[in-house]
Amino acid sequence: MKLPILTTLTAALLGTTALADEIWVTNEKDDTISVIDIETLEVVRTIETGERPRGITFSKDHSVVYICASDSDAVQVMDPETGEILHDLPSGEDPEQFVLHPDNRHLYIANEDDAITTVVDTETRTVVAQIDVGIEPEGMAVSPDGKIAITTSETTNMAHWIDTETQDLFANTLVDSRPRHAEFVKDGTELWVSSEIGGTITVFDVATQTEKAKIDFDIDNIHPDRVQPVGFEFTNDDTHAFVALGPSNHVAVVNAETYQVEEYILVGRRVWHMEFNRDRSQLFTTNGVSGDVTVVDVASRKALKSIKVGRFPWGAAFRPTN
Amino acid sequence: MLRRVHILRVVFCSLALMSAGSSSAEVSVAIHYIKQIVPAPPTLSNLDPIPEDLGLRGAELGLEDNITTGRFLGQTYTLTVTEVAEDADFSAAVRAARAETDLLVLDAPAAQVSAAANLPDMSDALLFNAGAADVSLRSELCHANLLHTIPSYAMTADALMQFFVARRWDEIALVAGDRPEDVAWADTLEASARKFGLKFGARKTWAFDADMRRNAAQEVPLFTQEFGDYDVLLVADAADDFARYVSYNTWRPRPVAGSEGLRSVAWHRVVEQWGAAQLQSRFNALAGRPMLDRDYAAWAALRAIGEAVTRTGAADAKTLRDYMLSDAFELAGFKGRPLTFRAWNGQLRQPIPLVHERALVAQAPLEGFLHQRTELDTLGLDQPESGCAAFAN
Repeated sequence: MKLPILTTLTAALLGTTALADEIWVTNEKDDTISVIDIETLEVVRTIETGERPRGITFSKDHSVVYICASDSDAVQVMDPETGEILHDLPSGEDPEQFVLHPDNRHLYIANEDDAITTVVDTETRTVVAQIDVGIEPEGMAVSPDGKIAITTSETTNMAHWIDTETQDLFANTLVDSRPRHAEFVKDGTELWVSSEIGGTITVFDVATQTEKAKIDFDIDNIHPDRVQPVGFEFTNDDTHAFVALGPSNHVAVVNAETYQVEEYILVGRRVWHMEFNRDRSQLFTTNGVSGDVTVVDVASRKALKSIKVGRFPWGAAFRPTN
Repeated sequence: MLRRVHILRVVFCSLALMSAGSSSAEVSVAIHYIKQIVPAPPTLSNLDPIPEDLGLRGAELGLEDNITTGRFLGQTYTLTVTEVAEDADFSAAVRAARAETDLLVLDAPAAQVSAAANLPDMSDALLFNAGAADVSLRSELCHANLLHTIPSYAMTADALMQFFVARRWDEIALVAGDRPEDVAWADTLEASARKFGLKFGARKTWAFDADMRRNAAQEVPLFTQEFGDYDVLLVADAADDFARYVSYNTWRPRPVAGSEGLRSVAWHRVVEQWGAAQLQSRFNALAGRPMLDRDYAAWAALRAIGEAVTRTGAADAKTLRDYMLSDAFELAGFKGRPLTFRAWNGQLRQPIPLVHERALVAQAPLEGFLHQRTELDTLGLDQPESGCAAFAN
C-alpha cells in the first residue's frame, strides 16, 4: 500500500503552501476527504478520516473541522492545516449530519440509527443532552439567533423543533416523505425542509411553525419519482435557493420570493449536497454515484466543470485560507 | 385422532407518549399479524435453514417505526401476532382476529389467503398479503379487501427478463423442479420471457432423486448437455432444493439465474442504496439476522398502515384503504422511489433488486423500459393484463 504514504506526503507539502480557498468534500465510501483548490479547480489533498464520513462543518473561525464519521460512531475534530485528527467528540451512535450552534460551541448531531439528537459541548467534550426524535434523524439546522434547533427524521417524516434553552421539543410538524435537509432563511423567519421521496420542499413560517408554501419540481422527460430534493443552499441575501435533485441529476434554481423554479441545471449523477465559494459566485455539488463534484457558475447558471473526487462524495464545506 | 392446535399469541403494546405541540386527536390502531406455519419440504442441503421468525420480525420493525412516529401525534399502535400451526385452521385464526380489529396482515400460502379474504365479515376489513407471490391473487382470484406488499412472481420474473434484454442474453433454457410451486414459477418465467421477446429454448424437469451433494459434478453436465446453446440457464426451485448444485456444473459455461445465481427479490441484505443501509441495520439490531423478502413485505404492510394513519388521522379500514389507493399515498420503502398501490389489483408497486449472494447486480425497472404511467408498471400485471375485476368502482 504505497498510495496513502504518497498522499500524506503530497498533503503535507501542499498543506503548507496552499493559498487559494478550498472546498472540502467527504467521500462516504472511501473514508477520505478530497480538498478542492478553488483557483485551479483540482483536488490538491486527500485526507484520511474515520469510517463513512458524511456531515462536515468548520468551526466559525475555521481553526478546526468537524466530521461525522458515521461507522466509527464518532465526530472527529481535525486540524485543517495538518489533516491530523485532534480528538473525537462523544457523538452518540451513527452520527450522520450535524449543525454548529451560533455560539460556536454546541454541536447538534443527528444519530441516524438511534432516533436521537445529541447535543455536544465541543469545549468540555461532553454530551449536554440527548433528545428523542423520529426514526432516522438527518437534516439539522439552527436558527440565526440560536434559539431553535431543527432535526428532520427520514422515516417519521417530521421536522422536530427543539428549544435550545431547555433542549426539549416544542413542536413536531409533518412534511412529505423522507425529509433530508433543513435551513433557516430570511433572518430566521422561514424554515425550508426538503423531502426526498415526496419530491417537495416545505416552507414553514417559523413564528407559528405552520406551512407557508410548498415547492414542487418538474423536469422535462424525467419521471417525477426520480426528482428527489436533498441538499440546498441560498445565494446572497437569500434571493434564490439551489436545490440538489438526487437521481434526476439536476440542480434547481428556486426563486425564494415566489417559490417558483426558474431553471434546472444538469450536473453529475445522484447530486446530494452542495457548498458555495466565498462570494457565492460558484457552487460545488457532490454527485454520489458519479463520484465527482460539479462546479456551477451562479450568475450564468451553467455547469463549468466536473472534478473527480473519491467514491460517493457526500458533504461539502468551504474553507477560506486567508 | 386428537388434532393439536398451536396458536401463539404475543401482544406488543406501546405507551402513549404525547409530545408537546401535537394537535391531533388520539388515535389507536390495532393490527393483527397472522402467519401460517408451513413445513419446509426436505431439501438436499441444510446449509440455509429458513428462519422461524421470517416475516414476523419485519412486522415488529414496522410496528416500532409506527410507534415512534405515532408518539409525536398522539397515535398508538398495537400488534397482535398469531402463528397458526401447520395442521391448524388458518381461517379460524383470521376470524378470531377479525373480532378484534379490521387491519390484518397475512403471511400464508395463496389458498389460505384467498379463503381468508372470502370469509364473512371481511368485506369491510383491510387485509395485506405479505407472503404469497402467486399471480392469480392479483388477477382472477383478487379481492377488493386484499392488498399485496410481497411482489408477485410476475414482477420478479419481469425483472429478470429486463436484465436479460439489457444484457442481450436472448436465448433462455430452463430447469424446473416438479413441485407445484416450481411449475408455477417456471410458467411465469416462460410467459415473461415471451412478453419481452426473448427466445425460450428447452425446458426440462428436475426429477432426480440422487443426493446431489455427491453427484452434482456428474449429473448436471449431462443433464444440461441436451440444451444445446443458450445464453442463460433459469432454475425454478421454489424450495431451494437442488438449484445450488447447478451453478458451475452446466455443460456449457453459462450464467445461472432464477432460484440460484442471479435472483430477483423483494429484499436482500446486499441492498444498501437509498438509505437502505439504515433499514438493514435497524432490522439486524432487532432480529439478529439479515432482512429477507417476507420480512420486508410485512414491514411494508405495517408501514403502509402507519403512513396512512399519519396522513389521515384515521384508524378505520375504509378510510385507510381509500387513502392507500389514492394518488396522495406514497410509501418511502428504501428502494429509491415512492411505493404506491396499483388501483386495479392492490399490488404494491416497487423496484425489484437483482442480486447475487454478495452484491446488488441491478435494480429493475432497468433503464429504457418505459411506461406511460410509471416505469414501475413494466413489472408484473399491468392494468390490461390483470383479470382482476374486484377493484373496479
